[in-house]
Amino acid sequence: MDSVTKRYPDGTVAVDHLSLEIPDRAITVLVGPSGCGKTTTLRMINRMVEPTEGTILLDGDDLGRQPVTTLRRSMGYVIQNAGLFQHRTILDNIATVPRMIGWGKQKSRERAAELMERVGLDASLGKRYPYQLSGGQQQRVGVARALAADPPVLLMDEPFSAVDPVVRKGLQDELLRIQDELGKTIVFVTHDIDEAIKLGTMVAVMRTGGRLAQFAPPAELLSDPADEFVEDFLGADRGIRRLSFFPSAGLELTRGPVVRADAAGAPPAAAGAPYLLVTDADDRPLGWARPEDLTAGSVDAARLLSHGRPFVPGTDSLRAALDCAVLSPAGWAVAVNDGGRVTGVVSQQTIAEAIRAAHDRTAAQETPGAGSADVTKVAP
Amino acid sequence: MNVLNFVNAFFSDSAHWHGYDGIPQRLLEHVQYTLMALGLATAIGLPIGLLTGHTGRGGNAVAFVATAARALPSFGLLVLIAVVVGIGLLPVMVPLVILAIPPILVTTYEAVRSVDPSPVDAARGMGMHEAGILFRVELPVALPLVLSGLRSAAIQVVSTATIAAYVSLGGIGRYIIDGLYQRDYEKVVGGATLVAALALVTLGLFWAAGRFAVSPGVRRR
Ligand SMILES: Nc1ncnc2c1ncn2[C@@H]1O[C@H](COP(=O)(O)OP(=O)(O)OP(=O)(O)O)[C@@H](O)[C@H]1O
Ligand SMILES: [Mg+2]
Repeated sequence: MDSVTKRYPDGTVAVDHLSLEIPDRAITVLVGPSGCGKTTTLRMINRMVEPTEGTILLDGDDLGRQPVTTLRRSMGYVIQNAGLFQHRTILDNIATVPRMIGWGKQKSRERAAELMERVGLDASLGKRYPYQLSGGQQQRVGVARALAADPPVLLMDEPFSAVDPVVRKGLQDELLRIQDELGKTIVFVTHDIDEAIKLGTMVAVMRTGGRLAQFAPPAELLSDPADEFVEDFLGADRGIRRLSFFPSAGLELTRGPVVRADAAGAPPAAAGAPYLLVTDADDRPLGWARPEDLTAGSVDAARLLSHGRPFVPGTDSLRAALDCAVLSPAGWAVAVNDGGRVTGVVSQQTIAEAIRAAHDRTAAQETPGAGSADVTKVAP
Repeated sequence: MNVLNFVNAFFSDSAHWHGYDGIPQRLLEHVQYTLMALGLATAIGLPIGLLTGHTGRGGNAVAFVATAARALPSFGLLVLIAVVVGIGLLPVMVPLVILAIPPILVTTYEAVRSVDPSPVDAARGMGMHEAGILFRVELPVALPLVLSGLRSAAIQVVSTATIAAYVSLGGIGRYIIDGLYQRDYEKVVGGATLVAALALVTLGLFWAAGRFAVSPGVRRR
């Protein structure tokens, strides 16, 4: 998008000289306060809205070079509340674009069934009508319908904003998984900065009046907000959120204060530790206990202190590790492997050192010109 | 003598079941007038209603035309046209068509306009042509209301088509008018009963059409 402006007939300037280079096969998120022109920007990409000034190029060609319906058929479009056709079954809803571009009925239906599976919908829902589905399921149908003809581009306007936080998280994870598999070019509009940071490869923060405040990968947004507006918009705990981008793989774990419930007494290695982590015979964490309570006899489950939510080194981020340490009264985080068995514990101090080291590493990387490249993302 | 006796006498008189003034013949004529008027009114009102409803433009004009048409008295129009062009089908059809257009036009316009905008937006965004949006997205959802407009037009035409008898045409109106002239109240009541029965049949037909044509996803059953 090159210096694109949209002025509505009533004089409202919704988008003001916006220039953006949207990367291929990645998720670009447009985020900003209500009324800042996100929807208008998105709808200029499929020409539901025509820009007043400026040009939009798609792979180097002006958008206007092909008929508008051809353009739109090459872009999936997902809106808030899904916008399903209530007179059509779920399968027929999803098969809309394939049917429109002349696929046979059978082939379209098969494709629709395949997509239902891809977005995590049970095949038995295919014969139902939209009113028989929950909001979250409808939203999945909306995504499936947009993907049906395998368009290279996907435009999504606050697709998950009408569902509850748990369902939203599920939909977000699903989108990331689908994106991993299909590698679409996605432009995603939201007013939720957490959603932007979670989903975006690149995030464009817009300010009221339709101007671009910052266009950067989420990690850079969190570490270097361009100005006060962006900083405010990111919210108070951006330091903590930034930890989502630091891997927990390098943390040094210790098995010292870990004891099995069936092995009586504290292991000698744990001498002096204020708390011991008790595990069951399968190495699954049970909770923290004081050494004197343990040596006194058998484990009394009631005396165990909560161990917080364990983290998986390598998969989870430093944010998850820190969260676990802060949650546990002992001040230690419990590390487990994929199977949920304890691999060790780590203290707040060790995590704090890891955070400092990670900051030093990114500072070193941010030599001029190398700033934004190759940020690997870890699940928060 | 009460009304039921009239009805009974009218329908049990075998002379009323044969010939050019028999019930089958008069019913057939009545149905013909009705279908013709309804067909013409639909051909005019439905496309205009669909188009104005889809574009959202011309709403004021639709409301104006409908109000003006409703203000015209059917019987007065019949007499006026009969005086101008003479007796025939035309003086009957014009008032009936004008009577039927407003409910069809206004309900169709409102029905299409009140369709939830988000599926329409989604359809347009996926590259559907405007005609496709109107006929495959808006109309199926607006159909119950559109049908209800057609239904009230049909009921009004069924009962008003009796005026055809005033210009020497047939239809059930013959019994009512002839009956009044001949002071044969059995005939008048019998004719009125036939009109009422035809109206009920019309209701039944529209109910069946709704069951058949409206998607279960719209009916929510
Ligand atoms: N059709 C229109 N005519 C006139 N003004 C419009 C029109 N559509 C949007 N606007 C105005 O343009 C501005 C940007 O609107 P837009 O819908 O792009 O905002 P948004 O960022 O998507 O907001 P939200 O988060 O609330 O959806 C707003 O001030 C809005 O009132
Ligand atoms: Mg919006």
